[in-house]
Amino acid sequence: MTDITNAPGPRSPHRTTELIAGTLKRRHAKEARLKWIGLGAIGIAFTMLFILIASLVSSGWQAFAQTHISVAVYIDPQEVPAENLPRGGFDDVLAAAMAQMLPDADTDDRATMRSLNGILSNGAQFSLRDQVVANPDLIGQTVTIKVPVSDPFDQLNKGLIDRDTIEQNRRVTDREIAWFDTLKDQGAISKPFNWALFTNADSRFPELAGLKGALVGSFWVLSICFIISFPLGIGSAIYLEEFAPKNKLSDFIEVNINNLAAVPSVVFGLLALAVFIGWFGMPRSAPIVGGLTLALMTMPTIIIATRAALKAVPPSIREAALGVGASKQQVVFHHVLPLAMPGILTGTIIGLAQALGETAPLLLIGMNAFITSAASSPFDSATALPTQIFIWADSPERGFVSRTSAAILVLLGFLMLMNAVAIYLRQKFQRKW
Amino acid sequence: MNDMRKVERDLKVNDAKITARNVDVRYGETHAIKDVSIDIPDRTVTSFIGPSGCGKSTFLRCLNRMNDTIDICRVTGKITIDGKDINERSVDPVQLRAQVGMVFQKPNPFPKSIYDNIAYGPRIHGLARSKTDMDEIVERALRRGAIWNEVKDRLHAPGTGLSGGQQQRLCIARAIATEPEVLLMDEPCSALDPIATAQVEELIDELRQDYSVVIVTHSMQQAARVSQKTAFFHLGDLVEFGETEKIFTNPSDPRTESYITGRIG
Repeated sequence: MTDITNAPGPRSPHRTTELIAGTLKRRHAKEARLKWIGLGAIGIAFTMLFILIASLVSSGWQAFAQTHISVAVYIDPQEVPAENLPRGGFDDVLAAAMAQMLPDADTDDRATMRSLNGILSNGAQFSLRDQVVANPDLIGQTVTIKVPVSDPFDQLNKGLIDRDTIEQNRRVTDREIAWFDTLKDQGAISKPFNWALFTNADSRFPELAGLKGALVGSFWVLSICFIISFPLGIGSAIYLEEFAPKNKLSDFIEVNINNLAAVPSVVFGLLALAVFIGWFGMPRSAPIVGGLTLALMTMPTIIIATRAALKAVPPSIREAALGVGASKQQVVFHHVLPLAMPGILTGTIIGLAQALGETAPLLLIGMNAFITSAASSPFDSATALPTQIFIWADSPERGFVSRTSAAILVLLGFLMLMNAVAIYLRQKFQRKW
Repeated sequence: MNDMRKVERDLKVNDAKITARNVDVRYGETHAIKDVSIDIPDRTVTSFIGPSGCGKSTFLRCLNRMNDTIDICRVTGKITIDGKDINERSVDPVQLRAQVGMVFQKPNPFPKSIYDNIAYGPRIHGLARSKTDMDEIVERALRRGAIWNEVKDRLHAPGTGLSGGQQQRLCIARAIATEPEVLLMDEPCSALDPIATAQVEELIDELRQDYSVVIVTHSMQQAARVSQKTAFFHLGDLVEFGETEKIFTNPSDPRTESYITGRIG
């Protein structure tokens, strides 16, 4: 029963209208200010992102092309005896072929011959040898091979070496520049897309170094990370959210999971070093250890995302299922979990993307080793994308500068791809209630 | 359906389907239901009325132990269905809820097809022997839910795509698909427009042939239209329980009179 009869009447209505009108201008100004501050923040963020991408692209794009040279090589049976192949003097054969193309070079001078050979990548003799081993009939014939030039000439061709610097201060001599220009005039020089960046493993020679080892390593690391952290994370989240009694212990666990998500990654690396490598004797530099370490890091993220997704399923669906007689477990697995799946997958992918870019723990378990072949199992030594970037950034050769940027671009490309998948999943499976 | 039509009042004398004795419900410190005893007859519509927060929904949820899912909720007293104590340890709430169907305030179909909405209950309880058997169960439930003709051509369309009234009838069909004996309805029409409400009320009247229906409602007109028995709750007490006609024409408690004449609530 209300007692409206005793209530006081309204205060003067005109006065109220005036008071409200007086505050309007201030409120609108505040609103406009907020809008501009927000726009400004977004603008700054975008500018930073643009500067980052632009600087990476400007220094990295050159690495996506590689200067090659086509050389017609006469495989001299005197230099390369068929019965003694693997030790054959392929560098001499190549030097002779180079001398053929450059008539002014003195073929009797060993120093000249060495610098002629220096135009070619160190890998040229090995790739030629591989061809001959595969097909010994080539001995005595002339084959045309297309091989990368060595790093200084690649830089020269890309215009990264200033021809006006005094001779002693640059990596190539005036004579070598003249040779290179002659070769270029002959049309022997080309600059195709650098597939080797994706098909070669790491190398000391920038023109041969590629990301295959790192890509394969990252693949193993992420696979193991996913296989371990996804089921464990979802399992823990379902238990904590749906089944665990709400008491001091579950509060304690919840707080600690949140803390775990905030622990610096280098600490996980130390833990992995002590436990996985120290106690369990797992191999150093192996993706299995990297995967386990990153799984520890990713799990809290997955647990938190899964719990949030489970919480977001409307209680009416649980009630509906309970109402027709579903057991608790049936409610969770038939209704709640499928509805929470898009949220869980989004969280998982974001967690994995974070793991993909993680460097510090991998450094501690030795995944920054110099490894020239791609891992064929998670137990082989390997590097990962971020540690490969770390190694290249540390290398003095000029060719590695642009390769570092290129590797960063590849890493960013994968991260964007993963985030795009996360957004796509969220859009696709989003439900309206 | 004529909106103020009084449904037939001559009740067959039935044994009580549901008996509650000295039921108390507490949410932590709050005493939500105070010492309620009531006998709900079979094949009858019984309505619970009362102002918001009076405990009528809470009491309804005791009848299929939905309050079990709320951690802080404590139920004491004895509730029997067909003479069997439902709060006994030997009674599995899963079994009980198959026997006591429930329809909620907001239509809450599963985000699945219409067919799967109905088939879910029978499927988890293993009621269908074969695919054709299941088809039959689904068709039967949808026919009794008075929605068959509207959805028979799109059984595999999502249930959430139906209109509000259709969704609620789908939920009623889902509740009766497991062949319950009692049907609990928690304000089933509060989210529906008058036309959908009329359709659901008509359906409730028909369901009375086979079930003991208990309906919580805010609308006294609705209680008068659909129910034969009415219970009035106020502040956790069961104030008055009797023939609907008597409650609305000649209540014995002054609080009931105040409520039905609109002075409290």
